[in-house]
Amino acid sequence: MIIKDKLKSSTVNEIIEQYPYTESFFEDQKLAVDDQEKTLEEIYAGLTVEEREDVVFDLDQFADSLSSHIKNMQEFLGENDSVVAKLSILAGNNKDGKKENYDKLDIHSGEIISIVGPTGSGKSRLLADIEWTAQGDTPTERQILINDEVPDKKWRFTGGKKLVAQLSQNMNFVMDLSVIEFLNLHAESRLIDNQAEVVERIFNEANRLAGEQFGREAQITSLSGGQSRALMIADTAILSSSPIILIDEIENAGIDREKALELLVGEEKIVLMATHDPILALMGDKRIIINNGGIKNIIDTTAEEKELMQELKVLDKVLTDLRNDLRYGKNLSRISEELAAVKNT
Amino acid sequence: MNLVTFSGPPSSGKTAVILKTIEAIQQRGLNVGVVKFDCLYTDDDELYRKAGVPVKKGLSGSLCPDHYFVSNIEEVVQWGREKELDLLITESAGLCNRCSPYIKDIKAICVIDNLSGINTPKKIGPMLKTADIVVITKGDIVSQAEREVFASRVSTVNPDAMVMNVNGLTGQGAYEFSTLLFDENDHIDTVTGKKLRFSMPSAMCSYCLGETRIGEEHQLGNVRKIELGDE
Repeated sequence: MIIKDKLKSSTVNEIIEQYPYTESFFEDQKLAVDDQEKTLEEIYAGLTVEEREDVVFDLDQFADSLSSHIKNMQEFLGENDSVVAKLSILAGNNKDGKKENYDKLDIHSGEIISIVGPTGSGKSRLLADIEWTAQGDTPTERQILINDEVPDKKWRFTGGKKLVAQLSQNMNFVMDLSVIEFLNLHAESRLIDNQAEVVERIFNEANRLAGEQFGREAQITSLSGGQSRALMIADTAILSSSPIILIDEIENAGIDREKALELLVGEEKIVLMATHDPILALMGDKRIIINNGGIKNIIDTTAEEKELMQELKVLDKVLTDLRNDLRYGKNLSRISEELAAVKNT
Repeated sequence: MNLVTFSGPPSSGKTAVILKTIEAIQQRGLNVGVVKFDCLYTDDDELYRKAGVPVKKGLSGSLCPDHYFVSNIEEVVQWGREKELDLLITESAGLCNRCSPYIKDIKAICVIDNLSGINTPKKIGPMLKTADIVVITKGDIVSQAEREVFASRVSTVNPDAMVMNVNGLTGQGAYEFSTLLFDENDHIDTVTGKKLRFSMPSAMCSYCLGETRIGEEHQLGNVRKIELGDE
């Protein structure tokens, strides 16, 4: 391999200049670089036994690893080839081996699809099929197409870029960082150009979604449930590399769910949402009914259901207002008149 | 018979991942067995037994678990052949972060969890760097951003590895992972003559031989000193 031999005889500075992202590679590999003007060959020749042990790889393996890293990063940065405009799910079988009750489901970017069905009905299997870009090689034998083509295998195997991002109920932040430090860290791993701007935008969007505001310097581990969820959604919408987002219920407390979905869809993502909440389910353009391991039906949200959603939102608002009144120490009164008043406006 | 070696820091979810993966492999009618290597204690063999998996455990006691592993792996392979296994899995804990039980030409899996902190990929050295597949667990309880950052750190440390997310509780990803473990064209009858991918943690000093007294005069053999001088 030409590139490998070339790497061996290049100095660390030359390599970093040509491939700036290799700087963190050198650091994470723990190669003892005493002088960045030395070539890899020279550095290896001068390593002590302990330093050799630290870096694990010999010169050949190190150069292989470095060239793989460069290849990975070039793929990762070449975003253009990975726009997912359309995701298609071709029918497979349910748990009894019978063909699913549909032929092909096309989902376009910017669409919201709700997934409903009892626990254990096969919702996670559907998601797993999408994430694995199944080609008849999973228990359901479904096939996934992206932009009408059989997807590149890279979706299965690359570490940095996954097809599906997930937001579920019991996710938490575990790092000890402030909101801004955290967003910067994520942005750095994505190697984006306008980092400060993007970080600021996520921060503002997250606060727009959150019921209670939070500051830049707040520790992410100390945010409330609603604030955490808001930050996770804004961050996933704007900074996640995955074109498809799976949401497992969004709790009603402390976050504006409608704005959250608008934000996700506005970023040209495909949103799949497992939910039992009628308001959320009706926010979808379609809903998939899953039963016994298979897709039993696909229902387009009807005009009447959209109207019902308006009514549900009224109910939702009444409850939210009551919650706020409670929080600020007001006395609560009966709502029947109020309900009628809101509905008439 | 196929042989696969699993390794990973303690409590990273190795056993949970293997159990979920075995479920998927057994559905294909394959016969899977496990040998669990640990240091002082394990009751994971019970979990395997409950799942109907032939299992043996080996406790290294006062020895370095990796040295114990490599001194026993041939016998373990022969046990697997006797049991007529299609797939033999060995599971060992990376107790000192310098562990490296992988063998050349034998599939090597490293299991590491999202909760262990983003600097962990850098800390665990050969066990992660020389693995073929890195399985990341506990993805259901950390944020998407942390998962992405963690996976990208893993990829920086080991750019050649396939990186997969598997959930040891729900089994999400386990079926997909299982398809990568068994290859019907692979036949391992013995590992004698094969080589380790990287040398094991080494030491040969007076303390290896049972010395308990502290002090310079009692330190013999391979002794390394910490640097405490001013920078």
